[in-house]
Amino acid sequence: MSNEIEAIKDPGLPAHVHRKADTDPAAANRAERQVATMFGISAFGTVLLIVSYVFVPQDKFIFIPVMGNQNAHQLGLGLGMAISLFFIGMGAIHWAKTLMPDTEVVAHRHEFRSPDSDRKEFVEAVKSGAGAAGLGRRSLIKKSLGAALGLSALSPLLLLRDLGPLPKKELETTTWKSGTYLVTDPGNRRIKASDLEVGAVAQVLPEIEDPEHRKLSDIGKDAVLLIRLRPQEFNLEADKLAMTHDGIIAFSKICSHMGCAVALYEQQTKHLLCPCHQSTFDVTRAAKVIFGPAARPLPQLDITIDGEGYLVARKPFSEPVGPSFWERNSQ
Amino acid sequence: MKRLSRYRRHKAVGPFLLIFALLAIGTTFSVASAVTSTDTKVVDRSALIEEGRQIFLKGCSSCHGLNAEGGQIAPSLIGVGAASVDFQVGTGRMPMADMSTQAMRKAPLYDAAETAALAAYVASLAPGPEIPNESSLNYERDGNTAEGGELFRNNCAMCHNFAGQGGALTQGKYAPTLMGVDPKHIYEAMITGPQSMPVFSDKTITPAEKISIIKWIKAAEKEPNLGGASLGRVGPVTEGLLGWVLGLGILIGVAVWLAMKAR
Amino acid sequence: MTAEARLGSVANYVDERTGAAAWMKKNLQKVFPDHWSFLLGEVALYSFVILLLSGTFLTFWFDPSQREVIYDGSYEPLEGLKMSAAYASTLHISFEVRGGLLMRQIHHWAALIFMSAIVAHLLRVFFTGAFRKPREGNWIIGIGLLTLGIVEGFLGYSLPDDLLSGTGIRIAEAIIQALPVVGSYLAYFAFGGAFPGEAFIPRIYTVHVLLLPGAFLALITAHLMLVWYQKHTQYPGPGRTEKNVVGYPLMPTYMAKAGGFFFIVFGVTAFLAAVASINPIWLYGPYTPGQISAGSQPDWYMGWLDGLVRMAPPLETHAFGHTISWNILIPGLIVPGILFTGMALYPFIESWITGDKREHHLLDRPRNAPNRTALGAMSLTFMLVALINGGNDIIATHFSLTINQIMWFTRFGIFILPPIAFVVTKRLCLSLQRADRDLVLHGRETGTLLRLPHGEFVEVHEPISPEKAYLLTAHEQAPALELPAVDGRGVKRAGALRNKLRSRMSVANAESVAKVSADDLKEIEHH
Repeated sequence: MSNEIEAIKDPGLPAHVHRKADTDPAAANRAERQVATMFGISAFGTVLLIVSYVFVPQDKFIFIPVMGNQNAHQLGLGLGMAISLFFIGMGAIHWAKTLMPDTEVVAHRHEFRSPDSDRKEFVEAVKSGAGAAGLGRRSLIKKSLGAALGLSALSPLLLLRDLGPLPKKELETTTWKSGTYLVTDPGNRRIKASDLEVGAVAQVLPEIEDPEHRKLSDIGKDAVLLIRLRPQEFNLEADKLAMTHDGIIAFSKICSHMGCAVALYEQQTKHLLCPCHQSTFDVTRAAKVIFGPAARPLPQLDITIDGEGYLVARKPFSEPVGPSFWERNSQ
Repeated sequence: MKRLSRYRRHKAVGPFLLIFALLAIGTTFSVASAVTSTDTKVVDRSALIEEGRQIFLKGCSSCHGLNAEGGQIAPSLIGVGAASVDFQVGTGRMPMADMSTQAMRKAPLYDAAETAALAAYVASLAPGPEIPNESSLNYERDGNTAEGGELFRNNCAMCHNFAGQGGALTQGKYAPTLMGVDPKHIYEAMITGPQSMPVFSDKTITPAEKISIIKWIKAAEKEPNLGGASLGRVGPVTEGLLGWVLGLGILIGVAVWLAMKAR
Repeated sequence: MTAEARLGSVANYVDERTGAAAWMKKNLQKVFPDHWSFLLGEVALYSFVILLLSGTFLTFWFDPSQREVIYDGSYEPLEGLKMSAAYASTLHISFEVRGGLLMRQIHHWAALIFMSAIVAHLLRVFFTGAFRKPREGNWIIGIGLLTLGIVEGFLGYSLPDDLLSGTGIRIAEAIIQALPVVGSYLAYFAFGGAFPGEAFIPRIYTVHVLLLPGAFLALITAHLMLVWYQKHTQYPGPGRTEKNVVGYPLMPTYMAKAGGFFFIVFGVTAFLAAVASINPIWLYGPYTPGQISAGSQPDWYMGWLDGLVRMAPPLETHAFGHTISWNILIPGLIVPGILFTGMALYPFIESWITGDKREHHLLDRPRNAPNRTALGAMSLTFMLVALINGGNDIIATHFSLTINQIMWFTRFGIFILPPIAFVVTKRLCLSLQRADRDLVLHGRETGTLLRLPHGEFVEVHEPISPEKAYLLTAHEQAPALELPAVDGRGVKRAGALRNKLRSRMSVANAESVAKVSADDLKEIEHH
């Protein structure tokens, strides 16, 4: 702002305009009645809440236009509470607006900066205190204090060690071993290759001793998706093709991106879609990523059939399933 | 007669005769066609197949080929079975109107008799999934809702959403909502795997399990929304939108009123 | 005894023990400026109180344990199924406890409103420049509250251990796991072993009901104390200066309005909880890693993060037997880290650009700070594009689009649209400044035509009031910083490159339409 240009002057606070209720007692009484009415509506709301809680059964439904069948107990409780609270607020605000003083008041802002004398005294106080403590001169104290405090900070960190076990090789192994049978999820029934038609999918888990007590942590690595195509529809390298059986191919269901279950199979395009971040995998090319943020294909499970035709894993997964991690050798 | 002819030139005569004529023709037609439809019940199977073939040639062969062998724009129907036809035609998906993304559910073009004929014809071409009979679809008696829910969440929710409201697939395709679908059609979809939907074999999901899934879907359809309006049962997107628009919106409205000077 | 006498004796009792009368007398008369946009922070504050109250209610029935139970409550579609105690207890609250579902819904709606109010309040503070000295510290506290709010909300809706929120936890675990060197260890420590384990829900319960609410209470108290002590800012206008506060006293007007507004916020939240279903966890089913639903999203305040992760290109480095997942680290940690750090440091960045080290208590009308407003619009556009991608599957099915189209639109849009928003907003601000100038110089167009004696038609302009003229010209238009690259003797200054950047930004920042001065007005009086 340059001194040569004269700015438009501040005309000051506008004159106070009185409200009807300020001058007309009838208007003031009307405002008072309005406030009282609002508080009255609030009371009604509270009654509605109490009546709904005590008398309306929890399984009664009533029809409300637009919303459809609504639970009467819930609606009564909720609307009762809403009305009871809302109209206290409306009453209070209306009271303030119409009857309480609304003349604007001007207060002064004081500068925050302390007077120079105070600042000087503060600096003196700190300096003399610190000097008396000997912080400036006694460097041995300073250094040893630093070391003691620093070391003591390590102990709480150490105390957190038992939050969890070390991962070791757990992220790289699953329950699948050579000879593990594929079973349905849920149901835990063994599956024959002939059970699947072309175009069929099945949610699969490894067969374990105690299927009733399967751990979620195991499911989080073991879940597999079984898909049947026609063998000629595959576009696979020889080693990947050898892991299929007569058009049946098995992939880890745990997304290689961030671990969601990839089970959305589009039968016509032969694509797998993960609904979390839309990574798309091409089943005919060993779950190669064709769209989305996933960087690696889904690990393929090597399957074959046993003497009776039941599907069985030939080997464990040849790479860790699920999301990446630092130690993962992804080459 | 003389009494009636007195009213010959009455202004109400025109509209009255028109309505009378329409009613007469309409009633005659309904009675006549009702007579013919009861007749089809007694017709034997080969006539049904032939009737189906005729309908097929007229309405389906232009895309699916004269012998249902398929072509550039439509797949072969040999081996798809009566269940596929009953599903596709019964839900109105076929004949397909908009060829762009996928067949949409719409008002069926063919009635029950014609659909049955078409199904018989296609089934005669090669063995395929059969139409489930009524007695095996009694989900109220035979199904287990809770088990059906577990099966649904394991096998269906990833495409059709946790409440069967439908979901997005790639390139504009979508898994449609399962609300308001005939139980027979749900069953047929599971065994035939229409378009993008995979097939759910009877050995991996048994017929009893399929019935439980249908029971759960029907229960979800009838289930009232306990906490208020449902917002589409699609999750946090619509909830967040309502929170901003209605929640913060109303509050800002009240704030503006609060700060306004009273008259 | 009369009420007045009774009150007097209570006051006496307290004052004899605390000396309260001295500071109460000053504070009861404290002046608060009144504008609706100043109530956004209050909405957030009251929502916090509602969260505390409704949350405490829920803790009386919620069981934060992941131990497996067989459901035997009243909801038939889940009868006999295995689930965690956390999920089962949430079902119990929803179906058997009277008022339980209402409280769950009040708690969740209050959380959504809490976060929207924080964002709206942040936008108001940003666009009006209220973060300038002496309020930089309060701004940083505010960004802290925003960040903690996002975490607290995420942990909160993850407590019931349902299919949707469990999927969110899986994604959070993948982010932790992706951290180089320490990722797998931190993930195993956080979850007490492999995902999902049985330790996570109980641990986040402690964070959600004890640690974070404690942090909130401390930060909110500091935030409010600073506002109280530094006094609230005010919009410019007649009678308002940098050295005063114009408004209403705390007692009775402000107390009644602010107190009443608490009940309004609570009432509206309860209304939403009564008529709109939120987080119907019984429909989602209990969490198991083998299941997923189509259309899985986090709550809106994390939706932008999800959108960023979805649009990320599939970049990973596989080298020397190790993997670094850039496709997770960049959208999940690095970009949000840069954004939030930038946001927190903005007051200092702006004062560096303008060289302005003075106190500011008068707010800016956004049009009078075109660069800042444009920057805000640019950031909002970035967030909205990311948010849209976060809901791309729901948008696709409801508007007949494809997820692929929306992904590509946002992948390019996130780079192209924000700069466009910046330019458009800046130009809009400058246009508005020009319109203001015209209004002051020529008055308001009345729409009435007047035919002059010699035949010319003119539109009658009505001069604006002196109050309005003052309002439109009260703002400051500081010139750009002068930072010459060489000093008086032609020697290149230290930090020349930094200064050049600073000058350039300062010049861009100072671009504006010159406001009307009293001289200008005198000049046109001749016309």
